[in-house]
Amino acid sequence: MKRLVILPLALLLFASSDKLTDRQRAQHALDRLAFGAKPGDVDRVMRMGVDQWVDQQLHPERIADRAIDARLAQYATLTMSSHQIFEQFEKPMIERRQAKKNNEEQIEIPREQRPQRLVLELSAQRLIRATDSERQLNEVMADFWMNHFNVFAPKGIDRVLITEYERDVIRPHMWGKFEDLLMATAKSPAMLFYLDNARSRGGAINENYAREIMELHTLGVDGGYTQKDVTELARVFTGWSIARPNEGEGFKFRPFVHDRGAKSVLGVRFAAGGGIEEGERMIHVLATHPSTAHHIAYKLCQRLIADEPPASAVDRVAKTFLATNGDLRRTVKAVIDSPEFWDAKYYRAKVKSPFEYAVSAIRAVGGQLEDPVPLARQLQQMGEGLYLSQPPTGYADTAQAWNNSGGLMARLNFAVALVENKMPGVHTNVARLVPPDGDALDTLALQLTGSELSKETRKAIDPHASVETMAGLILGSPEFQRQ
Amino acid sequence: MFDRRVFLKASGLALVGGALVPNVFVKMANASTTKGRKVLVAIFQRGAVDGLNVVVPYGEQAYYAARPSIAIPRDRVIDLDGFFGFHPSLQPLAPYFKEKSLAVVHAAGSPDATRSHFDAQDFMECGTPGVKSTDDGFLARAVMAEKSAAAPLRAVSLTPALPRILSGAANAVNMTDISRFGVRGAESPAFAAMYGGAFEAVKILKSADPAKLQPDNGAAYANNPLAGSLKQIAQLIKANVGLEVAFTDVSGWDTHAGEGGAEGQLANNLRNFSEAIAAFIRDLGSRMSDVVLVTMSEFGRTVHENGNRGTDHGHANVMLIAGGGVKGGKVYGTWPGLSENRLYENRDLAVTTDFRDIFAELIAKQLGVTSMKSVFPNYVPNLRGVMA
Repeated sequence: MKRLVILPLALLLFASSDKLTDRQRAQHALDRLAFGAKPGDVDRVMRMGVDQWVDQQLHPERIADRAIDARLAQYATLTMSSHQIFEQFEKPMIERRQAKKNNEEQIEIPREQRPQRLVLELSAQRLIRATDSERQLNEVMADFWMNHFNVFAPKGIDRVLITEYERDVIRPHMWGKFEDLLMATAKSPAMLFYLDNARSRGGAINENYAREIMELHTLGVDGGYTQKDVTELARVFTGWSIARPNEGEGFKFRPFVHDRGAKSVLGVRFAAGGGIEEGERMIHVLATHPSTAHHIAYKLCQRLIADEPPASAVDRVAKTFLATNGDLRRTVKAVIDSPEFWDAKYYRAKVKSPFEYAVSAIRAVGGQLEDPVPLARQLQQMGEGLYLSQPPTGYADTAQAWNNSGGLMARLNFAVALVENKMPGVHTNVARLVPPDGDALDTLALQLTGSELSKETRKAIDPHASVETMAGLILGSPEFQRQ
Repeated sequence: MFDRRVFLKASGLALVGGALVPNVFVKMANASTTKGRKVLVAIFQRGAVDGLNVVVPYGEQAYYAARPSIAIPRDRVIDLDGFFGFHPSLQPLAPYFKEKSLAVVHAAGSPDATRSHFDAQDFMECGTPGVKSTDDGFLARAVMAEKSAAAPLRAVSLTPALPRILSGAANAVNMTDISRFGVRGAESPAFAAMYGGAFEAVKILKSADPAKLQPDNGAAYANNPLAGSLKQIAQLIKANVGLEVAFTDVSGWDTHAGEGGAEGQLANNLRNFSEAIAAFIRDLGSRMSDVVLVTMSEFGRTVHENGNRGTDHGHANVMLIAGGGVKGGKVYGTWPGLSENRLYENRDLAVTTDFRDIFAELIAKQLGVTSMKSVFPNYVPNLRGVMA
């Protein structure tokens, strides 16, 4: 028998009835379409109506988020262009290296002007938004698409490019057409550098991007392409490059290094003498391919419904994807409108990723995220460092990937530190979650998990312990690992 | 039940009988009193290391023809047998090959044709190439097939998450820092009551405190993740916490551009890699007679260098095996050759040794598992005799 570390069987009791109560519906929506509930959120969503709330979340542009904008203003690099970032952060490093080579005097570069600051500020941005943005579904999708189109920030110049990548390539296209999102990534210096296409030339191709765009971004590994298609597609993309490669700036098609021979990819033929339009045509072919519809639908359903999503939901969502020309708002809505999404069978059926776990814990206790940098470091220790997934696959979205003893210990230590107000950068005061006359354990259980605790968990918690201890144990419990 | 001491003695007798090549670790073991459990240590090189530049077929002209800018020049390889040679960065491991305690298997890999990193790693770790429905790892199944009692720390992965290869019923634990595995503070017993399992391992680690053990024999581990992991695996072995299978991984091998030759990107990675392994062997000293370390990677890379002085995804690769009982000093495997007509799908080194053939032998010798039926379902391993 397969034993999972953080999923005792007792939890399956939650799935005993087949219809969710109104409170469970609100909790479920907040678990899956947001990073968990803050104190009072479940009641607020119930008052508003779950459907109403979902509809609002599907239109993040209609939700004011000024408090977040104000908080993000302290991170200067977030609004800089790649060019500005290069000039300010990368160039001094290059000059310093050059000076060292020439045995000249090296200028000391202050910590806040070193490139390491870039990913830290970007991580801070993601964590602040995930924790406190009113546009919660928008942040769930940002996590999803940044992971789908993963770029590993520490690879060379990508640390300079990833700020613009998230801000101008991924985020503006998350609610539009998939084809536009795909095209934007295909022409982004960050992706062109990460998967080596920027340097692929006619007669001297690099297959990396051609393979991954089909395997990971569109068709899926079993989506019906061959090694020949990989090689031919790599020829199609020759010349798709970066204007100033060493600075990583701007997309540029270089006709002189484009393979001008005849090509055939996935049955699409190109006569000799073509140019950039070949790649643009293939982006269209890939973005609208039935295998892509299935792959994207599967991944969205896996994220939002279950690790092994029901085929009925995946098929329906794939149909919506095809029928709407890859309209991502309507595709995500199709997932949420699926009867399977609201099926009691899938309530609490997903194990949280470390990112989801840490952010939902802070939200659950109403913690104030004052400095996100220590939290960003914590996520690295939990195995899900932001912008730090090296393989193009990104992080897995299944319990199998996160359900392990090492990750569990990291979560438990985080939970204990958080409730005791010892997690650096996060201020908490869990005592105020419990009214003076209330039963502390019952109140906390409802507040933090939205439900009763299992018999096993309840037995493990001393009812006379301090509110902090009880809260820490609940945040560490199997119940809170799930959503 | 399989008796490990009898096995050790048996291999020692065989040595006395002169039937086998001398193995430095076995010799050391005879002089030592430290005899514990046998251990299998696996290192996964994620991203597909370029095996042709790790153990170089320098005797083959086609190798040089295919790699004008990244081939390792003949005068830079460390010769192994007149045909193959180590990349110069493998210098720290060369003495062990010479002493016959380190073996190489070339043109090894998975028979599945996929060139997807993810699928290939998954297939390899599950031990069922081509089958996507397998949900546990072959090392976990190997541990389960053992007859010895289930020690909480018998299967440990030095990784932030539990890898596929150890997923399953073996209840393998994973950690990145053995001194910090557990919950500090008064909450620990309550969490132990909620979760059981892993907290047994916490208890043992707490009492044995392996992290306090300093490297022996002057071994020096560098400050990089692989060295840190191997150092901790050595500490677990020396602390006798019941470890039988250890795993860790190291990435940075996906050299599509600027791979370099005798110097450069791959050379630097290989230097860290081989220095870490050499430190581990040195640290364990005579205890190495109980330990076998093996390296693996999801597939090899193209024979021809690509347009960016790098290599793309290929097929067969190289495995290194070091430790007690290894019949080292030899490059195993049938060499398929690199001329165009010998290549797999006209581009890659062909697989002539299934990685399961090698692991079957290591699992049998180190874990005492005789039947591979549950470890590698629907596959009959063809043992290559890499172990005494």
